[in-house]
Amino acid sequence: MHLHMMPRITSHYTIFPRDKDPRWEGVEMERFADEADVVIVGGGPAGLSAAIRLKQLAKEQEKELRVCLVEKASQIGAHTLSGACLEPSALNELFPDWKERGAPLNTPVTEDLFSILTEKYRIPVPMLPGLPMNNHGNYIVRLGHFVHWLGEQAEELGVEIYPGYAAAEVLFHEDGSVKGIATNDVGIAKDGSPKDVFERGMELHAKVTLFGEGCHGHLAKQLYRQFNLRENCEPQTYAIGLKELWVIDEKKWRPGRVEHSVGWPLNRNTYGGSFLYHLNEGEPLVALGFVVGLDYTNPYLSPFREFQRWKHHPFVAKTLEGGDRIAYGARALNEGGYQCLPKVTFPGGMLIGCSPGFMNVPKIKGTHTAMKSGMLAAEAIFPKVTAEDPASETAGLHIPEYEDNLKKSWIWKELYAVRNIRPSFHNYFGLYGGMVYTGVFYWILRGKEPWTLKHAGLDSAQLKPAKECTPIEYPKPDGKLSFDLLSSVALSGTNHEGDQPPHLTLKDDSIPVANNLAIYDGPEQRFCPAGVYEYVPLETGEGMRLQINAQNCVHCKTCDIKDPSQNINWVVPEGSGGPAYNGL
Amino acid sequence: MSRVLVGVKRVIDYAVKIRVKPDHSGVVTDGVKHSMNPFCEIAVEEAVKLKEKKFIKEVVAVSCGPTQVTETIRTALAMGCDRGIHVEVSGKDYEAMGPLQIAKIFAALAKKEEASLVILGKQAIDDDCNQTGQMTAALLDWPQGTFASEVTIDGEKVKVVREIDGGLETIKISMPAVLTADLRLNTPRYATLPNIMKAKKKKIANMKPADLGVDMVSRVEVLRVDEPPTRLAGVKVETVDDLVAKLKANGTI
Repeated sequence: MHLHMMPRITSHYTIFPRDKDPRWEGVEMERFADEADVVIVGGGPAGLSAAIRLKQLAKEQEKELRVCLVEKASQIGAHTLSGACLEPSALNELFPDWKERGAPLNTPVTEDLFSILTEKYRIPVPMLPGLPMNNHGNYIVRLGHFVHWLGEQAEELGVEIYPGYAAAEVLFHEDGSVKGIATNDVGIAKDGSPKDVFERGMELHAKVTLFGEGCHGHLAKQLYRQFNLRENCEPQTYAIGLKELWVIDEKKWRPGRVEHSVGWPLNRNTYGGSFLYHLNEGEPLVALGFVVGLDYTNPYLSPFREFQRWKHHPFVAKTLEGGDRIAYGARALNEGGYQCLPKVTFPGGMLIGCSPGFMNVPKIKGTHTAMKSGMLAAEAIFPKVTAEDPASETAGLHIPEYEDNLKKSWIWKELYAVRNIRPSFHNYFGLYGGMVYTGVFYWILRGKEPWTLKHAGLDSAQLKPAKECTPIEYPKPDGKLSFDLLSSVALSGTNHEGDQPPHLTLKDDSIPVANNLAIYDGPEQRFCPAGVYEYVPLETGEGMRLQINAQNCVHCKTCDIKDPSQNINWVVPEGSGGPAYNGL
Repeated sequence: MSRVLVGVKRVIDYAVKIRVKPDHSGVVTDGVKHSMNPFCEIAVEEAVKLKEKKFIKEVVAVSCGPTQVTETIRTALAMGCDRGIHVEVSGKDYEAMGPLQIAKIFAALAKKEEASLVILGKQAIDDDCNQTGQMTAALLDWPQGTFASEVTIDGEKVKVVREIDGGLETIKISMPAVLTADLRLNTPRYATLPNIMKAKKKKIANMKPADLGVDMVSRVEVLRVDEPPTRLAGVKVETVDDLVAKLKANGTI
């Protein structure tokens, strides 16, 4: 293998440190620093709920508290993507008057359908009350809009929100506790050298830092290692969710209707399914999407193309025919549940929301638990950060009360009750075994069975070598119901400053061709929902090279999760880059 | 007492896919990602550079529109402008707002603020009008240096290198003047977080067009907005004769 003929792919300073790089000699690297009481990374449901709760407590108890929140998206909600059927439990606690405040919960669920699909037919499954998927009392929401509303509430309460600035680095005190974060540097060229407009990011120091980066956060990944937070839990398992918004023919519109399916086009051993929700916000809008468990074994599987072909099923096509697709996006989500919950507190910080992962998988809901975790974090933090003498052993506050409160809360009860449903799919009968388990054990015992099933292990270790698997024949997109990847990516509104180091960093540039392509036929070409990874022929003729189209990235994190070589390390690009979702 | 007025426009971000409203009255803007017009960023950068070189004392960022434009003004302040002016325009007036109304506002402000220079982007990426700078200069009866790719202050005059179809044209105009920024004028700096925080303390004055004696009535009425027609697939031909036959068949020749 002629490595010297391969153009270099990775130039990011996390792989090639700048203190050893001659191009950076003499460049001013000092950062401006500011102090807050609490710094929150991530403006999603968890981060915003934590911020809001802190300020509510401050108002109640007439104390001053500086809360700063940084968010990598250009505006709050622009990187948010979810189905979503919101269970208003946490919202009712946070803002009992949410309706008067104008929270965009406009679509109460009126109809709840569940189907098993075969290639041509549909087998309806009754949605009995007590089954986790039952949605009575919930609302179909556009989570991006809901998160944007939360952001407005937070700003009104005095939270300092800074969208467009990504937390790129965790800062540590000398005693090893977390000191805060530093935002991304700007003005580094694609080859890793400083441009004229280079400027260092800023340091935000805090007594305690909350990390709410969502599923598979890049700073959380580092914190797990640093503080050994995962020593007593299973490795997290994930799925990828792809979503589109369609304006459909008014005659087909059923506002308030929730549809879920399993089965076709996935085989019984690949976990996944679809959702289709009819919104009620004026125009005949439906939110639909497809989820594929990332423990799939066939490297030829393309979650994007499974999604596109699912839309051709007669039951789905009849809703979409004559409609227009107006949005597209994708995001990884947690599937591990209870067995995969790490330690969530460490000196100077804590993890909230989908980052540690409180999603109730069979309910396919994680927003209510994410919000509640943020609120519990705030309630544990507040007395400590406003105390005269916090009596802490470390400079950054360690607040284990948060974890205690989580364990006493309804989040824990809920996750414990459904803990065996997802792992029950790992049996010979796959999907059907899992459904039987759910129907028998969950519906009757509600999780009280004394055993706890295990997951299959790391998602990245599940792929079989390509030669042991059959390529999947996907139909060509028809341009009316199904579409090609690039036109879909264009609808996500994603973009990044082109002249910056690719943020999909490789620990070793030679591994993609030597391992991923050689053994698994380059699965990243298929699992990336944005066309970031392409194997192209070398200009010299012999062999292939990996081309990373970093500008397309929609920040879904799937590559970091599923790469069989675990060679890809996703880091934040310059702030404001990424998708421009509007109410997804 | 040199003061520069810079115009900044809040537009739909260039990477976002535009959607026409179902009633064809315009495009969907609710919740859509917006940013500062790229040519306005270049204008701000040029003004701030002139201040750093000590040719001028103060840079004032101006934007016209509803509350959301204050975000755009804040970005300009974070890039180095000293203070901002938000001219409040909303509702039907905002939808109908075009270069003539903006030019009238800028002309009034230029006089009020006793500006030596008004620097604008050459055009906005949403309407592509490329008229505001020129109209402003005409209303003020000031010289104009449009499509500027290089600006040099020389005493009471400004040397402007202009990008034109034939190449580059260099002119010298006296101040006060209106300049419009073209792509190659400079590379705008980033609005970094410490500067955004400092910008929160800088003043943004609010006013209405009526305060400046400007009437917002538009003489242009948008009748209908449509998507561009879908591009049809091309047809490959094997020979020149085939090409001629096809061109004759569809009436081109």
